[in-house]
This record gives sequence, C-alpha cells and structure tokens, in this order.
Amino acid sequence: MRKIGVATRVIALAMLGFVSLAVAQSTRQSGFDFMQPATQALQKDDTQNPAMLWVKDGQAIWAQRDGATQKSCADCHGDIKRTRGVAARYPQYSAEAKGVINLSQQINQCRTTHQQAKAWPAEDASLLGVETAIAVESRGQPLAPPAQSQLVDAQKRGEAAFDRRIGQVDLSCRDCHESLAGKRLGGNIIPQGHPTGYPIYRLEWQAVGSLQRRLRNCMTAVRSEPYPYGASELVDLEAYLANRAAGMQLESPGVRP
Amino acid sequence: MARALITVPRTAKRGEILEIRALVQHPMETGYRRSSEGDLLPRDLIRRFSCRFVESGKTDDTGVIVIAATLHAAIAANPYLSFNLRAATSGTLAFNWEGDNGFSHREQVALIVT
Repeated sequence: MRKIGVATRVIALAMLGFVSLAVAQSTRQSGFDFMQPATQALQKDDTQNPAMLWVKDGQAIWAQRDGATQKSCADCHGDIKRTRGVAARYPQYSAEAKGVINLSQQINQCRTTHQQAKAWPAEDASLLGVETAIAVESRGQPLAPPAQSQLVDAQKRGEAAFDRRIGQVDLSCRDCHESLAGKRLGGNIIPQGHPTGYPIYRLEWQAVGSLQRRLRNCMTAVRSEPYPYGASELVDLEAYLANRAAGMQLESPGVRP
Repeated sequence: MARALITVPRTAKRGEILEIRALVQHPMETGYRRSSEGDLLPRDLIRRFSCRFVESGKTDDTGVIVIAATLHAAIAANPYLSFNLRAATSGTLAFNWEGDNGFSHREQVALIVT
C-alpha cells in the first residue's frame, strides 16, 4: 500500500511539472467541499438556508414598481425564472457603463437608467436580495464568462492583482488560496477561493454579503487598505476569479463559515 | 422588513407526526457588541416565539398553543426553530414572533389532514 502511495505521488508530482494547468483544473474544489457536514447541510436544505430569506425579499422586489418611470424588474425582464444562467455570466463588459461590471452594478444600472430610481448603496439588503434572487435561478449552471476583449483585459489585470503581495503581512491571494489551500489558518481550512456561492450567507457576518465584501475582508486580514466598494480593481479581481472558476457549478446562495 | 420561511407538509394523514420548520429574519443583536466606531449596538432580540393551532371553522382568537419558546441573546441571527406535531384535524397554524422595539411578525399556514 505504502509503495503504491509513494509511486502515485511521484507520478502526480511529474504531472504537476508538465501539465500543471490540467492538474489545477481537475483539482479545483468549491469552498463547500472544505466545510463541516453541518454547514454543508445548512446550505443544501432551502428550508434551513437563511439566505433564502434574502431570496424571498429579492423576488418580492422584482415585482415592485419603483422610480420615476414606475417600472418593475418584471415589466422589462418578465418572470425572474427567465434570468437562468445570467448570474453565471457576470462580471461582463457593459457598453452602457463603458466598462466591466458585476451583477450588483448591473442591477443598479437598471435602477438608475430604466426605473430612474436612486441606486442602492453597496451591501444594501434590497440590492443583495435582488442579486441573490437572480443568482439562485442559475444554481447548477457552470460559470461561463463571455468572450469579450474588454473582459479579457480585466481578467489580466485581476490576475496581476491576485499575484501581487499586499499589506503588512505581505501575502498575495495566490500564496494562500493556491499554495496553501487545504491547509489550516487558525481553526479554519483555507479554501481555493472560487466564487461559486456568491452572494453568500456567512455565519461570521450573520447575514448575506457580496464577493466584494469577502475580498475586502481578506485585504483587511493581510493588513492592507481595502479598495472601496465598486472599485474597478475589485471588479477586475472578480472577473479573474470567475474565469479561474469557469466551468464550476454555481451554488448560490452558499453558506460559508 | 421581516420575512419568514415556514415549512409545513401540504397534506397529512390523521395521526401522522409532522416536522414543522420556521425560519425568521432578525438580527438578534445581543446588546454587548460595538460598532466599528466603538458605539454600543443597542439590544434587539426576538423575545418570544409561539405557534397556535386553530381548528377549521373557528375564529383566530381561540386555538391551542402547540409550542412556545423564550429566546435569549445567545441565539444566532435569523433564528431557525423546528418541532414535531401530531396531525389530528385540519386547521391553521398561526406563528408569532415578538421582540424588542415592538417587533412583531405573524404568519399563517393551512394544514390539511385527510
């Protein structure tokens, strides 16, 4: 048994050297796989998953008329079920915004242009509600960033940020979420950092939060100054992460510890 | 805006034991935490949860309490409670959450026993 184990490890190491990309693709794991069974159960059961409260909020807002034009999301987009697959394609380039935007920015863009209502502030419960309600429709869909040259540029900038060491602790995203993924940081297992469950209900937050909130948390943890909500640097990072996790199944709304 | 998610089987056989689940949106602020500015966050808790069973054809005020619970600061935000109930007759389950700052949330779910 032991000899076989060593031999497998040698082969694995050899593969790692020659086809590192293929190995990385096949060993990708969602943060879900690193969680305790109790936390996994909380996510799997919609009657227990607290994020479903936000989904219910979002579904109600979807049908509510708002703004100067008195339009609801449903007036233009129809039933929310028709948004299947949409959440798996963000961030993407928007000609209207003249840049790459994430799903929450798209929602706010719809609000300001089509509803002529005030944009919701970052991490607003209504904004997270609508975002979560749209994301839940794409559950099980593979993350599929569209082929857009502007998005590719954003992904490249995001990858550079992923590799950049930041903060007093002097760590890059890759240092923890690739080199040390699966090992422990204090009592927690370091996940690979795939954005498959967002918006997530994080037990530490006792609420639903966005990927940008999570990214800012990591930046504070390495004692660097986080970018403000909505900053293009954060969206670039989101774009890279979505591409890094391309093909993995969306599992929103995720529960994380 | 408080919302609740209640899971009750749509129909049940007489004598069957049912699992009822109730999840409600609430911050359950303990009163011990401080904000990032250092201010004490005021206590905001759900104090009492109850569920009454009202038999079909009777008014809302009657009904029997099937479960009641007093909640405290150590309970996580968005409290989730589940309990079992023996189905006897058709009727309505009336859920009620009450708490600090005049918090009150009611939900009603029909239960059909065949």
